[in-house]
Amino acid sequence: MDVDDPALLVARIQFGLTISFHIVLAAFSIGLANFLMVLEGLWLRTRDELYLDLYKFWLKIFALNVTVGVVSGIVMEFEFGTNWGRLSTLAGSVIGPLMFYEVLVAFFLEAGFLGIMLFGMRKVGPKLHFFTTCMVALGSLFSAFWILSANSWMHTPAGFVIGSDGRFEAQDWLAIIFNPSFPYRFTHMTIAAFLATALMVAATGAWHLLRDKSNRGARVMFSMALWVVAVLAPLQILVGDLHGENTLEHQPQKVAAMEGAWDRPPPGAGEPMRLFAIPDMQERRNHFELAIPHVGSLYLRHNLSGTIKSLNEFPPEDIPPVPIVFFAFRIMVGLGLLMAVLGAASVVLRRRGRLYDARWLQRISVWMAPAGFIAMLCGWVVTEVGRQPFTVYGLLRTADSRSPVSLSFVTTSTLSILAVYLLVFGLGLAYLLRALRRPPEQGEREPEPGLRSPPVD
Amino acid sequence: MFLSDSLLPLLAAGALAFSVLTYVILDGTDLGVGILFMANPGDDERHVMAISILPIWDGNETWLVLGGGGLIAMFPAVYSIFFTATYIPLFVMLLALIFRGVALEYRDGASSARRRRLYDLAFIAGSTLATFAQGVLAGALLQGIPHDGSQYSGNGWDWLSGFSLFCGLALVAGYALLGACWLVWRTEGELQAKARRQARWLGLMTLLLAGAAIYWSGLVQPVLWERWGDLPLLTAWLGLLALLALGFWKWLDSRHDFLPLFMVLGAVVVAFAGLLASLHPTIIPPSLTLAEGASPASSLGFMLIGFAVLIPFTLAYSTYGFWVFRGKVHPRGEG
Repeated sequence: MDVDDPALLVARIQFGLTISFHIVLAAFSIGLANFLMVLEGLWLRTRDELYLDLYKFWLKIFALNVTVGVVSGIVMEFEFGTNWGRLSTLAGSVIGPLMFYEVLVAFFLEAGFLGIMLFGMRKVGPKLHFFTTCMVALGSLFSAFWILSANSWMHTPAGFVIGSDGRFEAQDWLAIIFNPSFPYRFTHMTIAAFLATALMVAATGAWHLLRDKSNRGARVMFSMALWVVAVLAPLQILVGDLHGENTLEHQPQKVAAMEGAWDRPPPGAGEPMRLFAIPDMQERRNHFELAIPHVGSLYLRHNLSGTIKSLNEFPPEDIPPVPIVFFAFRIMVGLGLLMAVLGAASVVLRRRGRLYDARWLQRISVWMAPAGFIAMLCGWVVTEVGRQPFTVYGLLRTADSRSPVSLSFVTTSTLSILAVYLLVFGLGLAYLLRALRRPPEQGEREPEPGLRSPPVD
Repeated sequence: MFLSDSLLPLLAAGALAFSVLTYVILDGTDLGVGILFMANPGDDERHVMAISILPIWDGNETWLVLGGGGLIAMFPAVYSIFFTATYIPLFVMLLALIFRGVALEYRDGASSARRRRLYDLAFIAGSTLATFAQGVLAGALLQGIPHDGSQYSGNGWDWLSGFSLFCGLALVAGYALLGACWLVWRTEGELQAKARRQARWLGLMTLLLAGAAIYWSGLVQPVLWERWGDLPLLTAWLGLLALLALGFWKWLDSRHDFLPLFMVLGAVVVAFAGLLASLHPTIIPPSLTLAEGASPASSLGFMLIGFAVLIPFTLAYSTYGFWVFRGKVHPRGEG
């Protein structure tokens, strides 16, 4: 498929690229907006200036993040037209309204209150300012709701008919919005956004604690973030398991690819848990397989001998690229387990009163700063590559979704996007690290536009 | 039957047109401020200009996203045809918007004056290029796009013409004019005086370029002019524009320094309405109609309800967002 149509491959790479950059920023925005809401709420409740300082510290990070997030999101919205015109023509009247509602309900809420949130503290007063923070946080969650609904519909389409011209026509909007995989994907992704943000916050706190154990701001953010990790990491494993069961019901070949299960085991043997393997798409089997018998059945079927539909039971043209899905899934799960261990360790240390003294925990926390985002990206690779070769699962093939544009156009736009994103994100990352490297201080400055940073030269 | 066949697509087109017009009015102004960075090289004046749009540009740009989301949802085939056809100018616009947004946000944190100049260059180039590309997109739509009703059927270059490039140029002048009028309203002193002078020149230029673009559009797409055979309508339209132009000229130096901006905004609304009237009932001239390009009634109804219920709230809190930052812009915490 990809060999026949290199433009299709490049268009897919482009979408994967833009959405990967975007998803990290969007998730970080969701996590930070809600974290900021909690911080400002705590400040209003306790009147402890420390929370306000932390709020302003993270508000600057949020400002940096949200700008790039917004502009990178615009690119994606138009890529459906430039590169995926056929998909837009056929399914636009179903997924388009969900995107439209995302703008109406979520983006305006975020953008409309963002200016006041960032620059208006002294103009509107604390209570009203807290309200704007809440609106921005709410907007970020609404945004996740609608876009994940659209995405989930493409995985588990429901509530539509297909017209004589091949176009999808909406019939039941509730069935479309709350399509079968949506509740699971929404929960899984929202928790992932909180977890990834918590790991970034924990790492920042840990980094400053390693330098100055007495910094109160660093202690508080470290502690808050590790509470979140301790609670959400195990919960995420549970939700992930439920999401997997839902996928097994609706997209069996994706689960088979995640497991690298080419053939059904003999009766009674059950599914093994493959720790490692190199799936081979040509020979349709695994090399160097290292597996523990029966354990796969345990988490897939919740018994010892159940099996799942295997890859060789599907026509070869209907299965996704197995190695990518297989490895991405293992990285995600591995990192998820690490997070759960980190959370558990923090609880144990906390009970022993050594949370701020255990330097090894702080070092591990620093190292795990990007773990949530890496796991999230791997999770998206699993679900999106695992949906291949379809855009609308089972109904519209990726190869039939593309715009009639030439390879040179798609390649040029992809390279331009790559160059611009690397530059913009590189600079953004440099600023981010610069801002995070400074410890949170008393009387933290807010991103007031009237106050310029002192000129250096 | 009547409802689904003609009224719903018309209402959908109205909602879409409202989004695009709001975008042009709002983001046109802050893009214009970006273009005017070119003519105002001083570090302090640029600082004031940047502050005047910093809290609002993000919300302004959201109307573009609403337009994009509205188009794919309400007229999916048109969305697909139009953006496949304008592949190159569209990506130029998107990447330019990224550049300018990021440059605007990062310039305050630049570690040196030299670095800040670099960001300003990116801000100018991004604002100008994004504006130019938007003009080219409009021109490409007006001159017509080869398609088969559901897909684009050209070679990827038919957007490129003297006419579409000229539309780009005219839009740069127009947005710069909006930006200058914004500065007349929101700043004072030397910068305001300078903005007044710039607005005078830009007003003249915009009038000439936009007039020429309108005339040219009738040559490349005769169907656009058919409606204007109706003389009273044409007279009313031209008369309204002339009044607004006169008002702009007369009140450019008035104490009510919001007046020039509102005259120009008025002219944008009138010109846009005229454009829609001449396009109707097509959405891609000369022949694809609103009804042919529209989504089924089930989708249009679902969206229009949301639009009608939510947009008043959106307008209310967006206006509040502007209101909070009202008044003359003072740099460096001078009040």
